[in-house]
Amino acid sequence: MNRWFQPIQMAHLVAAHFKEVIRQPAVIFWGIIFPILISLGLGLAFTQQTEVERHVAVVLDDEVAGAHDAKGRIDGFLETHAIPVQSSEGGAACYRLTISNDQMGSTRFVFIETGWREAMKLIKRGNISLIITEENRKVRYHFDPANPEAQITYLELSRILSGEAPLGAAFGRNVDPLTVKGSRYIDFLVPGLISMGIMMSCMWGISYGMIEKRSKKMLRRMVATPMRKSHFLIALMVVRIAMNFIEAGLLFLFAWFAFDIAIQGSLIALFVIFIAGNIAFGGIAILVSSHTANTEIGNGLINAVVLPMSVLSGIFFSYHNFPDWSLPVIEKLPLTLLTDGIRSIFIEGAGFAETGVPAMLLFVIGIVFFSAGLRAFKWH
Amino acid sequence: MNPVVEVKDVYKSFKAVKAVRGVSLAIERGQFTGLLGPNGAGKTTLVEMIEGIQNPDRGEIRILGKEWKSNGDELHRAIGLSLQETRFIDKLTVWETIRLFASFYDLGKTRVNEILGVIGLSEKKDAYTVNLSGGQRQCLALGLSLINRPQILLLDEPTTGLDPNARREIWSILLDLKEHTQTSLILTTHYMEEAEQLCDYILIMNRGKVLKEGTLEDLLEEDYGDKTVYPKDMECRRKTLDDLFTSMTGRRLDE
Repeated sequence: MNRWFQPIQMAHLVAAHFKEVIRQPAVIFWGIIFPILISLGLGLAFTQQTEVERHVAVVLDDEVAGAHDAKGRIDGFLETHAIPVQSSEGGAACYRLTISNDQMGSTRFVFIETGWREAMKLIKRGNISLIITEENRKVRYHFDPANPEAQITYLELSRILSGEAPLGAAFGRNVDPLTVKGSRYIDFLVPGLISMGIMMSCMWGISYGMIEKRSKKMLRRMVATPMRKSHFLIALMVVRIAMNFIEAGLLFLFAWFAFDIAIQGSLIALFVIFIAGNIAFGGIAILVSSHTANTEIGNGLINAVVLPMSVLSGIFFSYHNFPDWSLPVIEKLPLTLLTDGIRSIFIEGAGFAETGVPAMLLFVIGIVFFSAGLRAFKWH
Repeated sequence: MNPVVEVKDVYKSFKAVKAVRGVSLAIERGQFTGLLGPNGAGKTTLVEMIEGIQNPDRGEIRILGKEWKSNGDELHRAIGLSLQETRFIDKLTVWETIRLFASFYDLGKTRVNEILGVIGLSEKKDAYTVNLSGGQRQCLALGLSLINRPQILLLDEPTTGLDPNARREIWSILLDLKEHTQTSLILTTHYMEEAEQLCDYILIMNRGKVLKEGTLEDLLEEDYGDKTVYPKDMECRRKTLDDLFTSMTGRRLDE
C-alpha cells in the first residue's frame, strides 16, 4: 500500500464531501442562482440603461439665506423648458428635462421643488447629489466637491441654466462612443463575480464546514481512524474546485447568453489562474479554520478575510479610486490578483505572459497557507 | 499474558483542573472493563489518553505493548471508538457513512453489509444520518467503531440519553461481541446497571482518582468496615454499585 497516497480513501472522501454539498438545496441557490441574479440585476442596471438620470433639489423656501426670490430665474426656466411630472417625494412639485445626444448619451434631469431641510435629507440619503437655490437672480449650487456625480451634474446643469449649449451639443462632435465588447460594465463585472464566487465558496464552504465539523466532533471521530489527514483536506479542496468550476461556468454561460460577454484571451491561462485562485483561497480557508470549534468565532474570522477583500479588490468598481498609497497593498491581495488576472483574460485578451506571475503568486499563497494550516490544524 | 492496555500512574491537568490523578490499570484480552463515576470523575479524559487524543502530563500508556508516539497508524487500526456525542455528515446515508469509514481501513462493501446486520440498521441503510433517532445514531456510532474488528473497543458513555429499549439494543450488540470475539472493551458510564450488565471488571472513579476496582462480585461483597454508612433503605434490597459509591463519596453516580 502506498502510504502517501491512498486512492480509494481519497475517492470516498471526495464522494462524501461532494454528496454533502450537492444534497443541500441552499447550495444551488447561493452558489449558482444568486451570482446569476447579481449579474442580471447589475448588468441590466448599468448596461441596458439608455438615459442617465440626475436628481436635483430646488429649494424655494426662506430657510436658506438669500433664497427670497427663488421663484424668479429657476422657476421660469423649469416652466419654460421642463415637463411637470408626478412626484415620488411626498407631493413636492417635480419637473423633468431630458437632454438627448447621440455622442454623449442622454441625460434626464429630475428637479424636485422642496425645502432646505428636506433637500438636505435627500442629499444625505443619496437620493440627490446637488441642491440649487437662487440669490439676486443668480443660481447657487450646493454639492459635495468630492462627489464625482455631483461635479458632473453641476457642469451640465450650470451650462443649461446659464443659457449655454448642453455639454453634448458643445463637445459631442469630438466624442466617438465605444460600444465594443469588453468595455461595458457587465464585461468588468462578470470576471469580478467569478473571482468573488471562488473566494466566498472556499471561505464559507471549507472554513465554515470544517469549524462546524469540529464543533460536532466529526473531525475528532474521523482522525481516530487511519484516515490520512491531508487526504481529508485535499478532498475538501477538490470538491470545492469542482463546485466553483460548475458555478463559474453557469455564470459565464448566463452572461454570454444574456449580455453577449466573451473571453478574449487564453482559455488555458484562464484555467490555470482559476485553479491557482482556488488553491490560494482553499489554503487560506484551511488556515482560518485551523483552530476554532465555535461557529460564531468562525463567522467573525471568515468575515475578517472576505469583507475587506470584497470591498478593496475591485469586484464592483475599480480599486484605482482608492488612495495611491494603498494601491501597492491592494494589488497584492489574493482576490485582487485573481480578479485582475481573470478580468485581463476576459476583456484584454491576456494570456500566460500577463497572468503567469499572478497565477504563480496565488499557487504559492495557497501552498504556504495550506501547509501552515495543516501544521496548526486542531482535529479535536 | 501481557495486558492489551496498560496505564501506569497517569496524571492529566487542564490549567487548574486536575482531571486525572495517578490512575493505573491493566486490561486483558477479551476483558470488558467499566469506568464508572459521575460527571467530572475523569473518565473521558482517561479514555481520551488511551485513545491517543490527549497526552498524559505524567505516567505511561501502552496499547498492545506500544506507545502512541510513532505507532499511531498501527494503533488506529487496532482500536475502535465511539464518542459521547456522535454526529455524522448530515446528508450522507447510513450505508454511505459506513462505506466511508470502511475505506479508511481498506475494507469493502461486504464488511459494510455485515456491520449493517450487526447494528440492525439494514432497513435504514438509505436514510440520511440526520434523520436517525438518538438510539439509531448511537447504533451507527457503535457500528463504525466495530468496522475494523478492533482488538480494543473504547466506548464513552454509549447509552447516555437513550431510552431503555435503545439502551438494551446497544447492550445486546456488546454482549454478542463479548460472546463471539476476543475484543477488549473499555466503557465509561454513569449507569451502574450498564456496568453490572456488561463489565467483568469495574473501576469506580471520582475526582480524577480510582476509588475502588474489582469484579462486580468483589466490589459488592467486600466489607468496608464499621465507618461505612450505606443508604437507609438498603436493608430491604440488594446492595448496588450506586450504594457503594454513595457510601464512599456521599455523591450519586448519576450526578
